[in-house]
Formats: sequence, C-alpha cells, structure tokens
Amino acid sequence: MNNAILPRWVDIFLLPAINLLAALCVAGIIIALIGENPFTALVVMLKGAFVYHGGLGYTLYYTTNFIFTGLAVAVAFHAMLFNIGGEGQAMMGGLGVGLVAIALDPFLPPVLVVLLGICAAAALGGLWGIIPGWLQARRGSHIVITTIMFNFIASSVMVWLLAGMLMNPGQMSPETRSFAEGVGLAQLHVIAGWFGVEMTRSPLNLSFPIALMVSCAVWWLIWRTRLGYIIRATGHSERAAIYAGHDPARIIMIAMAISGALAGMMALNEILGVQGRVILNFTSGYGFTGIAVALMGRNHPVGILFASLLFGALYQGGAELDFEFQSITREMVLMIQGLIILFSGALAYMFNPVIERIYLRLTQQEQADG
Amino acid sequence: MGSDTQQITGGSAGLPPVLRLSSINKRFGAVQANSNVSLDVAAGTVHGIVGENGAGKSTLVSILYAFYTADSGQIEIAGQPQQFKSSADAIKAGIGMVHQHFMLVPNFTVLENIVLGHETSGNLATAKSKAAGELAALAEKYGLDVDLDAVVQDLPVGLQQRVEILKALYRGAQILILDEPTGVLTPQETEQLFEILKALRAQGVTILLITHKLKEIMAITDAVSVMRGGEMVAHLATQDTSPRQLAELMVGRPVLLDVGYSPPTPADICLEAENISLVQAGSTKLDRLSFSVRSGEILGVAGVSGNGQSELLEVLSGIRPLSSGTLTINGHAISADNPAGPSEIKALGLAHVPEDRHAMGLVLPFTAAESAVLGYEDDVQLGSAVYFSPEALNRHCARLMAEFDVRPASPELKSNLFSGGNQQKLVLAREISSAPNILLVGQPTRGVDIGAIEFIHKQLLRLRDTGCAIILVSVELDEILSLSDRVMVMNAGQNMGIIERSDASTQTVGLMMAGVTDAEVRQ
Repeated sequence: MNNAILPRWVDIFLLPAINLLAALCVAGIIIALIGENPFTALVVMLKGAFVYHGGLGYTLYYTTNFIFTGLAVAVAFHAMLFNIGGEGQAMMGGLGVGLVAIALDPFLPPVLVVLLGICAAAALGGLWGIIPGWLQARRGSHIVITTIMFNFIASSVMVWLLAGMLMNPGQMSPETRSFAEGVGLAQLHVIAGWFGVEMTRSPLNLSFPIALMVSCAVWWLIWRTRLGYIIRATGHSERAAIYAGHDPARIIMIAMAISGALAGMMALNEILGVQGRVILNFTSGYGFTGIAVALMGRNHPVGILFASLLFGALYQGGAELDFEFQSITREMVLMIQGLIILFSGALAYMFNPVIERIYLRLTQQEQADG
Repeated sequence: MGSDTQQITGGSAGLPPVLRLSSINKRFGAVQANSNVSLDVAAGTVHGIVGENGAGKSTLVSILYAFYTADSGQIEIAGQPQQFKSSADAIKAGIGMVHQHFMLVPNFTVLENIVLGHETSGNLATAKSKAAGELAALAEKYGLDVDLDAVVQDLPVGLQQRVEILKALYRGAQILILDEPTGVLTPQETEQLFEILKALRAQGVTILLITHKLKEIMAITDAVSVMRGGEMVAHLATQDTSPRQLAELMVGRPVLLDVGYSPPTPADICLEAENISLVQAGSTKLDRLSFSVRSGEILGVAGVSGNGQSELLEVLSGIRPLSSGTLTINGHAISADNPAGPSEIKALGLAHVPEDRHAMGLVLPFTAAESAVLGYEDDVQLGSAVYFSPEALNRHCARLMAEFDVRPASPELKSNLFSGGNQQKLVLAREISSAPNILLVGQPTRGVDIGAIEFIHKQLLRLRDTGCAIILVSVELDEILSLSDRVMVMNAGQNMGIIERSDASTQTVGLMMAGVTDAEVRQ
C-alpha cells in the first residue's frame, strides 16, 4: 500500500531535486561559515561546469565515467545485487585494454587494437564481476563483502603489475609505456577539427557517444529482452524465478558479468580516450560514485544520464571553485561532493515520508474541493 | 444496505454494550478501509465479524487493539469512551488479542511466554512462581489445560493457541479478539477451541470472532456483523440468519455455495508417486508417499497446514529435488539420480498454480502482462528469440483476462494492484492456457473473495472434465470435500490414506488429519 502512493514524476524528478537542494543548502551554509558568499560560489560552479571555455567538454568527460559506473550498479541492482565493486572492475577493465594494446599494437592496425581493447575491457571487468557473482550464487558469500574485497585485490594487482612486469622500462613511475600512435579513442575537439569546426580543447572523446549508446542498450536489455525480464524477475522474487524454471545462481552470475563489463568499460574513457597508457589509480573513485549515480537515477538509464551529468558538472564546477576562491580548497570541494552523494545516495529516501504526507494532504483536499 | 441493518442487543437488554464502536473511519491513501463503521457487542456473548478479504475486518480489529489510530470515530468500553495511544492502553482496558499467527517465543516455556512483557518482579524466578499460581487458578476457572513448563515449540498448534488465550486472560482480558483462529486447526481441534470459547462465555468473557468461515459463525456465535467494502452492512442475531444470507451480504449479490459437482470419468494414470521422500536439513518433510492420479479426476490433498503439502507441491513441480523414490509423470520417470527441474517438468505437460501467489505465482512489481508470461517466457509468439514485444505481451494478457474474467482488464496495471481473486484468476489463466494434462493447484482460494471462488471452482471442474488430472492442495476442508473425486490426507509428511469421495466426511478426514490412518478410522 505504501509504494503506490506517490506518482512516478514525484519519485523520479521531485525527490532527487529536493535531495539536491538540501545538499546545496548544507554546502551553502558551510561556505557562508568560512566567509564566502554561497551564491557567488554557486554561480562560479555553474559557469565552470557549463559556460567557461572547455568547461562543458570537461563536464561531459566526467559524465562519461559516471554513466558507465552508474549503469553497472543499476544492472546488478535489477537482480537485487549490490555491486560495490565498480572501482575494481573498472581497474581490471583498464588492465584489459592495456594488455591488449601493449601486446598487439606493434602488429595490428590501431582500429583493430582499439576494438579488441574495448572487448578486453568488458571481458576483464566482467570477469571481476562474475567471480563475486559465483561466490554469492554458489557459495553464499555476500556480494557486498566480496565485491569490496575484490576492489582491494584489483588495486593490489594493478600495483604489482604496473610497478613490475608492465612498468615502462627505464622509468620510475608506475605506468605502462604509451600505446602506439593512433591506438585510442579520438577526442571530440580533434574530430571537430577534421570537419573544420573549431572546438575548445577538452578530454571529451568518443567514449561519450559510446556511453550514450550503451545506455540505450542497457535500457533495451532490461525492459525489452527475455534476459532482462528474467533478471528483473529474479531480483524482485527469487522464488518466482525458481518457480518459473530459472536458476537464480545462473542469473546472478550473468547479471554480475554484465555489471562488471559496464564498469570495465569506464576504462575506455580514461585509458583509450585520455591517457594512452595504463596508469595507477585512474579510476579515482568513479566506481564508488557510480553507486550514488545509480541511486539518484533510480536505476533507470535516463535517470542515470541526468545524475551523471549532475555529478560531472559537480566535478568540473568544483575544480573551478578551488581555482577561483582562496579559501575554498580542494578538500572543501570534495566535501561538497560528499554532501551531494550523502543526500542523493545514502539518504535518497529521507524526504519520502514527508513528501508522501504533503502529497496526500494536497490530493485529499483536491478531492474534498472537487 | 442501511435499511437492512438491525440492531441487536443480545441477552443484556438495558445494559450498555461492553464494547461500542461509533462511526469509525480509517483511510490508507486512496483506500477507505473503514467507513462509518459502528458496532455494539453485548457483554458475555460471542460476536462474529464476517467479510471477505479487504472488507476491512483486520483494519477494524487493528484500530480496536490500537495498532492503528482511527481518523475519526469513538471506542467505548462498558460505556466509557477510550483514547488508546498504544496496544498497552487497549490491554489495560481489558482487550485481549489472539493473532492469526501466534506471537510466541518458540524456545521459551509456556510460563515464560505468558510472563513475557508482564513480569511482576525484577527477579524472574519470583515473577514466574507468582504467575504460576495465578495461572493455575485461571486454567481451572476456564478449563484451559496446559503444562506450564512445556516448551512452546514442542506443543501442537491447538495448544499453542490455548497458550495465547491464557496469555490474554492473564493480562486481564474481558474482551477477547480471535483473528481467524481456526485456519491452522484440525476439525477436532476446532471443536475443542469452541468448547473453550463456550466456557469463557459462561464466565462472562466477551468474544469477538473474526472469520471468513460461515460454518463457524453458525456454530458458535450469538450475533454476527457483516462487513463489505469497508462498511458494516448488517448486524444480525445468529439464530435468525443462514449461511446463504450471510454469503449474499458479504458479496452483495446471490452466490452459489454449491459448485455443481458431477461424477468424473477417469482415464489412464498420468502421474504416479512411489515411496517419494524429501529430507531437508535432517528433517523428513515427505515420508515415503505413494499415490497416483488419473486423467480426468481431482485428487484432493487434505491436511493441517505444515504437514508436508507445500513440500509435496514443490517436489511434484520440480522446485525441490526428491530425496528418494520414483515419480512418473506422463511415462517419464524422475528420481533422486535422475532429477528434473521445473522447466523440464513443465515440458512434460504439468502446470502449477502455486500456494503463494505473491512470492511465486506473480512478480508483484511487474505489470499484469509481464506476470502473465512468468514461466512461459520462451513462447516465441511474444517477440523474437531475445526480444520481448510489449504489444505481444499485452495482447496475450488481454486474451487471458477476457477468458478468465480478470478485472480490471488492464494488462499494463501492476500485479500488486489487483485483488486477491483477480490475481489468482490471472495465475490460473496462465497455467490453464498452457493446456496441461496435469495441474497442481495449491490453496486456490486463499485470500480470494467468494465470487471468485465460485468461478475458480467451476474452472477446475471444467478442466477436469476435459481430461486433465488435478492435484488440489488446500487447508480448507470444505473446498477439498466439495471438489475432490478422491481425498488423500497428509500428516507429518505421511500419507494417512486415500479415500473415495463417498467415504470422505469431515469426521473421517478430520481424524486422519490428526494422524489416524484410514484403516484405523474404519475400525
């Protein structure tokens, strides 16, 4: 009886907006406390994210990362699995790209290397999802615990490889050699240049349109295919899935494989789109933020798109804040980001009861008046 | 309906009623669960409240026991207006409640359970010895015999219920509410409960009996109130009414209490179980069951809830693998070494209407159209090999809805927004439309309104007459007896015997449910 009270638009638009507003209010109070004008700060942030030269490019570049990791969390969530392992899966995706590129770029044309690299990113990310999935499905180890563990394992594996076998000879930093010329996803300002269009330089690259296509594919998978149907059925009611003749263990592993593959594809943006080599810690927390993105986007690709854009703007605008204000430091910006994650992720449903009550009162009044 | 309403005052004319509810209103979202409900209960009577699921009985009782607060309206006890803030206030005012699902700590003794929450001393030993004395007196007064030192989980369900009653009386209950008390009892245990209720009434305790079983209303109550759609539609003296009249009041239209059973024309055996057992975590759920079913007959499986019927359904449908024995379905042998899962068994021509339609039969957050293909997703007419066409799903569902009179006939509506009866019709439609030659049906009418019960029973008989074998599991003995051609009775996972319809009386089946074999019954 409780779930059906609020109409969809309230859940999808109003609640996230209120959460965002609450986070901004708290952040504003803190900014006021350190003696800056919160409204000026907000304007600087917005301009930094959307208006200043290259700002939008950077915003969309960050957005790309969040789309991949947000979708990863969402797919797992439809099977009622809480995949905390996006970070590790993304690292392994980067490793996949790197291994393919380093092994094959002397022999194969760049386009082929990139295509194989994309497959390897999805495959290794998927592998890093399927193992915790298997442990959950067949051994009953809780997916939250195992995916967290697998983040640590992935991180250690990366350090071990990048500071060892894969380290660029003759260098001291933990990273691979650069990939061969042309092995990468073109940046959009370069592509625009091919057509004679001037675009501000930014790291925004072909991963962004790929992310948009993947979003559509995820929507289609979840709501228009048999597999998606079975994943959702398993997520809502495992007993119903068993009754219908499906093996939940198998479905859990499939969902985790897809989830891991999506997280792994985040590496396209960072490794193929920007770095051109594998570096340590390129995931820098995007995997974790993906959880907040998915929660805020209500596990729907369209919602995730908007939430990703918000977080992208926050990252880019936050950097601008740090740059413009003496008293607002990098840590301050992180705190504001943290607040938004707190309100729209962890406390996503905090305002639900209040909104429900207000909505009920309003509709009842309407009925009484009508 | 207001004109039908007739106030009755029982034997205590002149005195104020011990319990008076006036114009109780309660609303949940868009649902008006109780609308202007008024009720007078005379002291020292057994007062029944009947109504279908969703008629507002539970809400009313929850308001009385202060689980919910009414939006408006008044509760008076012995003429005194009451303002309950919590159940503690209700208990203080002398109201006791025996829930449908017992609220007992299974590994505590009877005495510990009764004292729990009502300890008279910080020292448990003192509290217990004090309580033991009072309880002995209570048990004597009301004829409630229970061993106070027995551990609750070792007691049969009937005795656990007695503990609940004793617990309420110990807290000073003068008005006892029993919510569907006989759902878990054998007919004999039900008889014993009624004896206790009569003894309580004789001692001046007022009893409010919530039930959907009209037989029980007729057997034990002095007065009865009927609820429909959140409203009180009638107050009647039991002696002036009949089950037919009550059923009509509950549904709001004439109903057929008899579904029109006709003798079957059974053909070949299509399902045979030989010594099938199921052992789970060391406990034997099914104990060497053997039986067979022929095409064109209904085998009813009777038993008190929890005696292996659920496990039987799950083994027959392949949800759980059997531990030993052989199951032959349409000539295909299944055993522990040669197991078959739900989809393989489905492919053999067996369909299954599960007991728990909320957790199994449907996926509640799914649209009706999505739920209507659960287990039949592979049907290629619904799209391509991977793709699911929403239009095809909706068309498929609309066809089922038209055929089985599912209301509202909106395929896009979420499954949990349909009433119990319509949900069940949807599940039944899905399973029957797969043209099975064996159908397993678990609790087909649990939580289903009378109108839908009639429809579902007719569908089952019709399906039988087209040559389908039906295994019907139900805890409603009346349902088993009115539909089955043969009746198998289960007790503690064992087959107590299979008897012909002509030999199956409430008395015989009741004894078998309690663990007496059919051979012993005949002696």
